[in-house]
Amino acid sequence: MTEHFPILILLVPLFGALIVVLLGRERPEQCWVTSLVSLGISSIISLFTIIVVFSDKVQTIRYRMGGWEPEANGYEVGIELRVDILAALVVFAVTFVGFVNTIYSKTRAEAEVQGKVPFFYALIQLLIVGLCGIVMTNDAFNLYVLIEITSLTSYALIAMGNRRAVLSSFNYVIMGTIGASFYLLGVGYLYIKTGTLNIDDIRMVLGNDNLWEHQSIVVAFIFIMLGVWTKMAFFPLHGWLPNAYAYAPSMTGTFMAPLMTKVMVYVMIRVMLWLFGYEFVYSGQHVWKELIIWMSVLAIVAGSLLALARTDIKKMLTYLIVAEVGYMVGGAWLGNVTGQAGAFYHILSDAAMTFCLFIAASIIVLRVGDSRVNAFDNLFRKMPLTMIGFTVGALSMIGLPPTCGFFSKWYLISGGIEAGQWEYVCALIFSSLVNAIIFFRIFERAYFGKIAGVKEDLSPSDSDANPDTGIKEVPWSMLVPLFIASGFVLLLGIMNRTLFEWIQTALEVMNT
Amino acid sequence: MIEFSIIPLFTWLVSLLAVPAILLFRKRPDAREGITFLAAFLKLGMIFMMLPLIREGKILHFQFGEILPGIPIEFRVDGLGMLFALVASSLWILTTLYAVGYMRGLKEHDQTRFFACFAISLSATIGVAFAGNLLTLYIFYEILSLSTYPLVTHHGDKAARTGGRTYLSHLLGTSIAFVLPAMIYCYWKSGADINFTDGAFLDGKIGSSDGLIVLLAFTLGFAKSGLMPFHSWLPNAMVAPTPVSALLHAVAVVKVGVFCVLRVFTGVFGTDFLQKLDVGTVITYIAAFTIIVSSLIALTQDNLKRRLAFSTIGQLAYIVLGVSFLSSNGVTGSMMHIAMHAFGKITLFFCAGAIFVASGKKYISQMVGLGRQMPITMIAFLIGSLSIIGLPPFGGAWSKWYLFLGALDADQTAMAIVLVISSLLNIAYLLPIPVNALFRSPPQKGKKGSDAGIKEAPLACLIPLCITALAGLLFFLFPGLGFELAELITK
Repeated sequence: MTEHFPILILLVPLFGALIVVLLGRERPEQCWVTSLVSLGISSIISLFTIIVVFSDKVQTIRYRMGGWEPEANGYEVGIELRVDILAALVVFAVTFVGFVNTIYSKTRAEAEVQGKVPFFYALIQLLIVGLCGIVMTNDAFNLYVLIEITSLTSYALIAMGNRRAVLSSFNYVIMGTIGASFYLLGVGYLYIKTGTLNIDDIRMVLGNDNLWEHQSIVVAFIFIMLGVWTKMAFFPLHGWLPNAYAYAPSMTGTFMAPLMTKVMVYVMIRVMLWLFGYEFVYSGQHVWKELIIWMSVLAIVAGSLLALARTDIKKMLTYLIVAEVGYMVGGAWLGNVTGQAGAFYHILSDAAMTFCLFIAASIIVLRVGDSRVNAFDNLFRKMPLTMIGFTVGALSMIGLPPTCGFFSKWYLISGGIEAGQWEYVCALIFSSLVNAIIFFRIFERAYFGKIAGVKEDLSPSDSDANPDTGIKEVPWSMLVPLFIASGFVLLLGIMNRTLFEWIQTALEVMNT
Repeated sequence: MIEFSIIPLFTWLVSLLAVPAILLFRKRPDAREGITFLAAFLKLGMIFMMLPLIREGKILHFQFGEILPGIPIEFRVDGLGMLFALVASSLWILTTLYAVGYMRGLKEHDQTRFFACFAISLSATIGVAFAGNLLTLYIFYEILSLSTYPLVTHHGDKAARTGGRTYLSHLLGTSIAFVLPAMIYCYWKSGADINFTDGAFLDGKIGSSDGLIVLLAFTLGFAKSGLMPFHSWLPNAMVAPTPVSALLHAVAVVKVGVFCVLRVFTGVFGTDFLQKLDVGTVITYIAAFTIIVSSLIALTQDNLKRRLAFSTIGQLAYIVLGVSFLSSNGVTGSMMHIAMHAFGKITLFFCAGAIFVASGKKYISQMVGLGRQMPITMIAFLIGSLSIIGLPPFGGAWSKWYLFLGALDADQTAMAIVLVISSLLNIAYLLPIPVNALFRSPPQKGKKGSDAGIKEAPLACLIPLCITALAGLLFFLFPGLGFELAELITK
């Protein structure tokens, strides 16, 4: 049974998606329950997968689809799924966020995508299948196919939003397609040179035939990196992200913002360490290491400053994602295990805190009816529960203990110091400080409200002339996800040592 | 001699557990304040339980969890932590009494939030005092910054908001920008060991130039110590209600800052190692600069609380100065000054608050002749001033004496002169206030004769300030405990 876990994680939501579409014609109200059940099962299986993988007998599950045995010389014939502890953690994050987000969407789906509810649930489950597939597959071309699946579903999901979402989605289509093409080109080069698509096999052939110095391999690497960076919105390739996530339906935004970019960061780490290997990636012959760290510094600084300049809450959060992507790219490229493991730990912690903040922001925008920062006026009194959740996420973004944001910063800075990359360390601290400004600006408003007699530079539609306009807390189906998310922000922080050790052990193997 | 003990945990926990109870009794003020008193007395009681053990030279120790590899949340009570915890928790009781009088006298709003945040702050203060490693110290340091923010901005008006913004941006900003990287660098340099033990953990593991940078990052990063140029949060925090200024901005928060600096000197680097690195002088000069400049600024302030705030900045710099001499006399002086200045300055703040409650006066120029109206308050103010200046027979004399000895031990004659000049400046900015109030007649108003009678603040305000003023006198006569605890650190 346990050996079939990887495929079950994929199959359950896949069939869930089909059932939802069929069911939707007759009983649209049951779509929510169906997807909740299918994603619940999927996340339970992925939780068990973590346990199976962690039990010291089986370190990595290799699942050959269709039972194709490898050739006599060791090369794979069929498509392979591969789950180690890292993949298991990310898969769990994906399915669990999907599950919790489905709880959140209970009332929102009806309200925001009337008439398309079954399609929404079908698409979001397909998206989860795609993301889990990306994480687990061990086949470079399959990875491309799965990236396309996630992209296509997310184009549709985003376009379901308000009027501006259509244009943002189109923007995303263009950028996403270009990114995917780059990736595919890179894989093409690799296939020509190595004759295989299995990630482990490519690595083996590259090593056996000593193809490292070959121009086409270097070009392939650059192409793949460019493709992945476009998909993860690595500055300056981030243009598509803010609008797409901000204008999408709220329950789409809350799912995609924490996960899409993080999964692509995972892909980048996979490509760097498993497909090409650390000797090639960090070798001194290529100038790219220094260059990419500087690019990540730029991403962090620019993302933070752009976020600082926004008054729209969701836009601000999306630019923070851009900065966080910079954290992870930089950490992965530092060239030491601490940095890589820090980047990986940050995938999980950033998923938790972005999820937390996006839910809180969506709730607030919904209740106050204003998406600008002044929506927060007096909110500590009006919506204390929501603000508690928001505060936990915000403190984590700033990086205060004991939230997970503090520890990911700790590991990333440690990695930066170890590598002697002071510019990266400075950028991280700079971003912490800017985040502190951003969020304390909000806290101040939420705590004090608007000061009487101070003229504020806001548009006339300022609806909070009366501070007690009867703003109430939202239903439990939206608060529970928020508290689960903020609980995870704290839990990941408290458990950071255990998690970090697992991650470190798994990554150390790839660095020797 | 390290001994496992659970008392440090409870000492830390007791004021934290008071918070839900305070919130629960928000409708019944007497019960609510009763809980604060109960927590405060329990806290002090537990500290007294630990005191004999510490005096025997034991170190009490408690830890749980391991949040980072090799770094648990750890409480470790030694002489320095003991001294600070004693000062902070005994003054908490007095401040609570005072706060009840002050807050009710002025009919302040949101008193529940006020007392709840106060309890959290005290918990964080004890957390810092007992922190057994750098990370624990840092965590409680940050909690203290955050939990005092609602207290500073209590009034909720524009001034409070601006003050609060300066407050948080300075304290949080410096700690993230300087302390955090310095701490991680230490963690990396020392091989995942940032626990305070008998020896300093960075001893011999760092070079001279790196050492200087790390030392500077720590000393300036713990901006609660008010060293220039990161001092301006303190005068701005004076928008807070006076009990907050008294306990937090004369004792708990600012002393947490200098306490952290003391820990960095003694627990992170070790004074011997710093001597070897020869980097203490930079800090000496920064501290000396702060002493002189802040005293000069204090002279120009007419708002009493602001003048006291600048005086605090100068006095805190004494403590940093003392430890930067890297001699045992200097460290003793610094530790003594933590206690002596705490009692002296809290008296002055209590007086400032009492004057405000009784007469609504905030500015020094209005206080001429006020001694007729408030003789007890003004006499207490005089005693507090004399103790801060460091004249016998008041406690402040001891700490100044040892600071002076420390300067001579370190062959820093210039610094000895700085100490003398600054003492003169202390006289210039503190003494005129009580002297004018007591010995000059009030300006003729000619309106009504209400100035004539004695009109002191409520008794709840008056009693604490008399006790702290008397304590200043007693410390001169019985300084033994302070020296004993200091000896545990310097030996």
